[in-house]
Amino acid sequence: MLNMTNIKKIYRTDSIETHALREFNLQVDEGDFVAVTGPSGSGKTTFLNIAGLLETFDEGCFELDGVDISNQNDTARSRLRNQKIGFIFQSFNLIPDLNLFDNVDVPLRYRGFNRQERKKRIEQSLEMVGLAKRMRHLPAQLSGGQQQRVAIARALAGEPRFLLADEPTGNLDSSMAQSVMSLLKEINTNGTTIIMVTHDTELAAQAKRNIYVRDGKVSEITHSDQYAGDASELLEDDTESTLSPVAALSR
Amino acid sequence: MFNYYLKLAFKSFRRNPILTGLMIAAIALGIGASMTTITVNYLMSADPIPSKSGQLFHVQVDSWDPNNGFNDEPNTPPNQLTWTEATNLMAAQQAFRQTAMAKSGAIIEPQNSDINPFEASIRLTFNDFFPMFNVPFKYGNGWDKKADDDRQMVVVLSKNTNDKVFAGQNSVGNNIVIDGKSFRVIGVLDTWQPLPKFYDVNNGAFDEPEELFMPFYLKQELELPNWGNTNCWKTPEGEGFAAFLQSECINFQMWVELPTEKDKQDYLTFLNNYVNDQKALGRFPRPMNNHLLNVMQWMDDQEVVAEDAQIMMWLSFMFLLVCLLNTIGLQLAKFSAKSAEIGLRRAVGATKGDLFIQYTIETAAVGIAGGILGLALALLGLVGIRQLYGDVLNDLANLDATMIGLALTLSLLASICAGLYPTWRACNIAPASQLKSQ
Ligand SMILES: Nc1ncnc2c1ncn2[C@@H]1O[C@H](COP(=O)(O)OP(=O)(O)OP(=O)(O)O)[C@@H](O)[C@H]1O
Ligand SMILES: [Mg+2]
Repeated sequence: MLNMTNIKKIYRTDSIETHALREFNLQVDEGDFVAVTGPSGSGKTTFLNIAGLLETFDEGCFELDGVDISNQNDTARSRLRNQKIGFIFQSFNLIPDLNLFDNVDVPLRYRGFNRQERKKRIEQSLEMVGLAKRMRHLPAQLSGGQQQRVAIARALAGEPRFLLADEPTGNLDSSMAQSVMSLLKEINTNGTTIIMVTHDTELAAQAKRNIYVRDGKVSEITHSDQYAGDASELLEDDTESTLSPVAALSR
Repeated sequence: MFNYYLKLAFKSFRRNPILTGLMIAAIALGIGASMTTITVNYLMSADPIPSKSGQLFHVQVDSWDPNNGFNDEPNTPPNQLTWTEATNLMAAQQAFRQTAMAKSGAIIEPQNSDINPFEASIRLTFNDFFPMFNVPFKYGNGWDKKADDDRQMVVVLSKNTNDKVFAGQNSVGNNIVIDGKSFRVIGVLDTWQPLPKFYDVNNGAFDEPEELFMPFYLKQELELPNWGNTNCWKTPEGEGFAAFLQSECINFQMWVELPTEKDKQDYLTFLNNYVNDQKALGRFPRPMNNHLLNVMQWMDDQEVVAEDAQIMMWLSFMFLLVCLLNTIGLQLAKFSAKSAEIGLRRAVGATKGDLFIQYTIETAAVGIAGGILGLALALLGLVGIRQLYGDVLNDLANLDATMIGLALTLSLLASICAGLYPTWRACNIAPASQLKSQ
């Protein structure tokens, strides 16, 4: 599915060379949920940007879904991003003057879907994150957690094979973070492969697999045995904890 | 997708109303200034008689001072003719149509005593004048050859004169008193305002046509005064009107209609022979230098498009350039405020091409808005220009469809050009760099 062998990435600024990734090796199978942790500056974001085709790499071999990425030009990589990858960023990155509907619409426009198809997908994905009723609101009218859910809806509307999240809960308080995590787990259960960078070891522990990055390399891989689809128990002080995570989110 | 981009463009205007407003204003100012001066130049250089401007030729022969060329130019024949040449060439009748002309003036005394006598300009000309120059008639016709030969006291009125003296009625057959003599009205012109007034640019290329038209020989018969430019290189021998007519002074224009190239060659040969004959009589001391210039060549030769109008046009283009440079700066500012959005669009799958189209549509929309505002400014500018170039531009110094099309195309091109570099830069923003934090 995702196959990185000996990826090397060097940032060159003026006279300084930063080896952000060196001999980075990773294989991620379909349906996996990988949490990436590691010290600051270890190369997690760099890895995720390369995995998401946002950046190029200097050496090594990267295959995504059977496609050799080093052969792809900028336009082809844009298309692959559009069709196969969904992104969630720490800072949500919603477009401030577009309402929720139009924000979720952005990747679908580049996909070339017709109007009905787009409408259906936007409504479905906003429904899934519990914000269908607020479709016409602007991002600024939402809380941080809600904005991140819009970003998730935007990432999901195109039904990507991969979801890449760079500290998706970094700007959220712990209960918000947990509800976003629950949502990601549900999305993973539905078959989407997820790679998430996080500093939060508790959240990381909920993923199927943890990788630890140090100094531009994968230094440790652990398989989580406590991975559970039922996230509601984690919403500890929620009295209606029997609700599904999505229902819990929508309140 | 076009509609989507247009919608995004309007959202972007709403987000940055001040930047957008400044860009529109900058383009509008540049376009307004350019369009004002382009229009003036366009009107000044328009073909006043497109259907036959290539077949009408202005006649020049070099009858000037042996020691000193006309206007101190060694190779330029004088721009007008003497009475001798005007009458001799007319008598020869060597062209398909021909008319010698002079400008004069006289007092009209309307019969209706409510209207005060007034001074009117006169075009002294031949019967061919009207068909040659496609002059439109409202009532009646021009005179015939016999009227020319017999020096009949007939007159054609301009529309304005007829409106003034006869209250716009069909006055053909009526009499009108000019300089105390009674003339018979045989025709009334419809509105006619060739711009430039090509048949006599020497006496004001943007003046109104004359108020009265009458047979040329009445000049001699009635001793009508010389209006318009008169140049002499030799003082007339003797006093009085007859002496002036016999002198080497130039005050007359001549046009011939020569439908084919062969006609033109034949006429030149005729002119050369004529000049040789005159040389034999002791006139034409300068080398032979006869010119037949068609309407547009003659406009060019006479520099009908005023030099200051041209300079103004180039200055306004410089101004437009400055406005565009400003626009480039504003665009760069606008795009740098948008870099997060651009990064995001790239991340979710927009290609550079997609973004390029999106932002080019946005700049084009600014250009169109600037163009429309610029047209409004150009209209204001033309009101100002009228003060400068006189009344005749009144009716025509308006923007016609060509000019409106040109203004919009110009502003569209200008804004897209100004947008190219900022847009190119925006499209090349690395997607990852903008997404880390806001
Ligand atoms: N655009 C860039 N130009 C130069 N150096 C860069 C660039 N991006 C990252 N780096 C360097 O590459 C190394 C890895 O950075 P990266 O952002 O991948 O770290 P990270 O693991 O995501 O850190 P954090 O946990 O703080 O987000 C760092 O030393 C960083 O300074
Ligand atoms: Mg990072």
